[in-house]
Amino acid sequence: MNKSMNRSAEQKKRNLHHRFVLIVLSILIVVAFIISMNTGLVRLSPVEVIQTLFGFGTEKQSLVLFEFRLPRIILAVLVGMSLAISGCILQSISGNSLADPGILGINAGAGLTVVLFISLFPGNVATSVYLLPILAFGGAGITAFLIYILAYKRHEGISPTRLLLTGVAVSAGISAAMIVLTLRLNPDKYQFVATWLAGSIWGSNWAFVLSLLPWLLILIPFVFSKAQVLNVLSLGDSMATGLGTTIERERGFLLVAAVGLAGASVSVSGGIGFVGLIGPHLARQLVGSRHQFLIPTSALVGGLLVIVADAIGRWILQPSEIPTGIVVAVIGAPYFLYLLSRSKA
Amino acid sequence: METSARASAKLGKTKGNRRARPVVATLILLGGTIALLLAIGLSISFGAADISLKTVWSAVFHFNPDLTAHQIIRDIRMPRVLGAAMVGACFAVSGAIMQGMTRNPLADSGLLGLNAGATFMLAVCFAFFPGLSYIYLILFSFIGAGLGAGLVYGTGSLAKGGLTPMRLVLAGAAVSALLAALSEGVALYFQIGQDLAFWYAGGVSGTRWLNLQIMSPWIILAMIGAILLSRSITLLSLGDEVALGLGQSTKAIKFCGIIIVLILAGSAVSVVGAVGFVGLIVPHVTRFLVGHDYRWIIPCSIILGSLLVVLADLCARMVNPPFETPIGALIALLGVPFFLYIARKGGKAI
Repeated sequence: MNKSMNRSAEQKKRNLHHRFVLIVLSILIVVAFIISMNTGLVRLSPVEVIQTLFGFGTEKQSLVLFEFRLPRIILAVLVGMSLAISGCILQSISGNSLADPGILGINAGAGLTVVLFISLFPGNVATSVYLLPILAFGGAGITAFLIYILAYKRHEGISPTRLLLTGVAVSAGISAAMIVLTLRLNPDKYQFVATWLAGSIWGSNWAFVLSLLPWLLILIPFVFSKAQVLNVLSLGDSMATGLGTTIERERGFLLVAAVGLAGASVSVSGGIGFVGLIGPHLARQLVGSRHQFLIPTSALVGGLLVIVADAIGRWILQPSEIPTGIVVAVIGAPYFLYLLSRSKA
Repeated sequence: METSARASAKLGKTKGNRRARPVVATLILLGGTIALLLAIGLSISFGAADISLKTVWSAVFHFNPDLTAHQIIRDIRMPRVLGAAMVGACFAVSGAIMQGMTRNPLADSGLLGLNAGATFMLAVCFAFFPGLSYIYLILFSFIGAGLGAGLVYGTGSLAKGGLTPMRLVLAGAAVSALLAALSEGVALYFQIGQDLAFWYAGGVSGTRWLNLQIMSPWIILAMIGAILLSRSITLLSLGDEVALGLGQSTKAIKFCGIIIVLILAGSAVSVVGAVGFVGLIVPHVTRFLVGHDYRWIIPCSIILGSLLVVLADLCARMVNPPFETPIGALIALLGVPFFLYIARKGGKAI
């Protein structure tokens, strides 16, 4: 009796700690938002931001805030969230702590279809903004399927390292195809595609936010509802079967969700890698590996990472901008190497 | 000589296909050279201006500066094709040495970050010292290759389990991603993206006599070094303990080997850019054909590597004329399935 009370008290304490982490992360995102507003070519001080938000700003201020900065920052957070959740799912279902939609080539596959579309149908990109996530989802899905098939070996299933190696190879092949495509483009378009591929939050308008939002509104609650399944799956196949989970089916659903999240965010932000790696890892350090808390924490860490990277990219070489993806890669690649050097063979 | 014979005899017992096959190797060297010369001739004669093989022959041996065809051959097509041949040999031999020394079947200058490092250095040079002469560019390229290799091997060997092939490839992917991101940042900031894009993609069209003049002494020296080292590399490929037991100073050999690899990969990248997978495919095919003796593998890799890149360049121009498809992309189409095949075998190819 006493013991169980102790345990539930401990549980409560842990939950409290986890909630605390979530709140702190949310506050950090707000702080990053305010700092981000105050950097770059056109600056808004925190007071001006608040004034403008409540409708007391000048016309210019509200134009800058509502038409340029706000959609961009919201997009950064959403992209970071969905990539981090996607990485979290991939890590749990593959049992591979180095999995990430970028490293596995899923982002590259999504990018290829988008570049293909842009080069085949030159025309106004804005009209196709709602089509792009669907195309990217298709590309990402085909790539994920290809990697799965290629990494699968009869009697052995899928070993984590083979999965990663296959991903590295497939993304090398896709980038080769992409290079062929981009070299054919005219210089103006090339600059645009190159910037986009490097991962920049180019959709500085609400249409991109709106095209990304439905995907997140459907997929994120779905992933949340599967948190318990993810807990079981990350214990390993034999354990999961023993506990009565229909592994392959659940894994398939979750994989589709991960691919959808990655594809949709690639379609608006280009190839931002390593967020799906860093988000879940830091989150695991903060709240442990129970997915009920791991998923929201990864999402917030991912959002924070991208918003900060976006601000750094705007600030570091003023007046020109560095694409967010480059900033994230410069932070993320060393982190990946660090994790790799600590991993066991 | 005797020791390596004994070593290969010992291996011959354990695995039939490991035995060296000098006859096959000699055939490859002879047949390969003939095929290479033919491919070079074809490649020179093919292009926007139609030139017959006969004209190619007379342009090489009885050059007449008054004929346009002869001038096209001399000034544009010959350096290009010779550049392709040299670069192929460089990538192939650097791959062979890396695979032999580290016993890593997935070693290739593209996969292990050397190419990305050299490209990064080139981007830096283009941005900060525009108009730098090629003599210095090639040196920076060596340094860049060294930077990439150092990062990959450094982080790979920090790990507890040591340098497994898988880990090296993953470290290579991450380091390449990092260096590519940095060079993209530099390229976007200085608006030199499309100039550099051909370097990322790989192409031999920009090769001039000047490049060949500057890089050939380096390459010839490195190739001679590679052939001199080849016996020791065979021993290293049996494992460090075996090599030490047979009286090799493994550290000195590895150091020389690394220098040779950096020179070969660096000069190749400085001419054609980051062409991957040549150093992966060619040594594997060669090893399959001639057995595991690097005294045969290295010369045969020179021939087959040249042949591969010359043919790839020819295809690159034939696929979609008048546009050129980057050879890096073409070779990647061949290299990716090959890589997958080797990775699937679980790295037991060496």
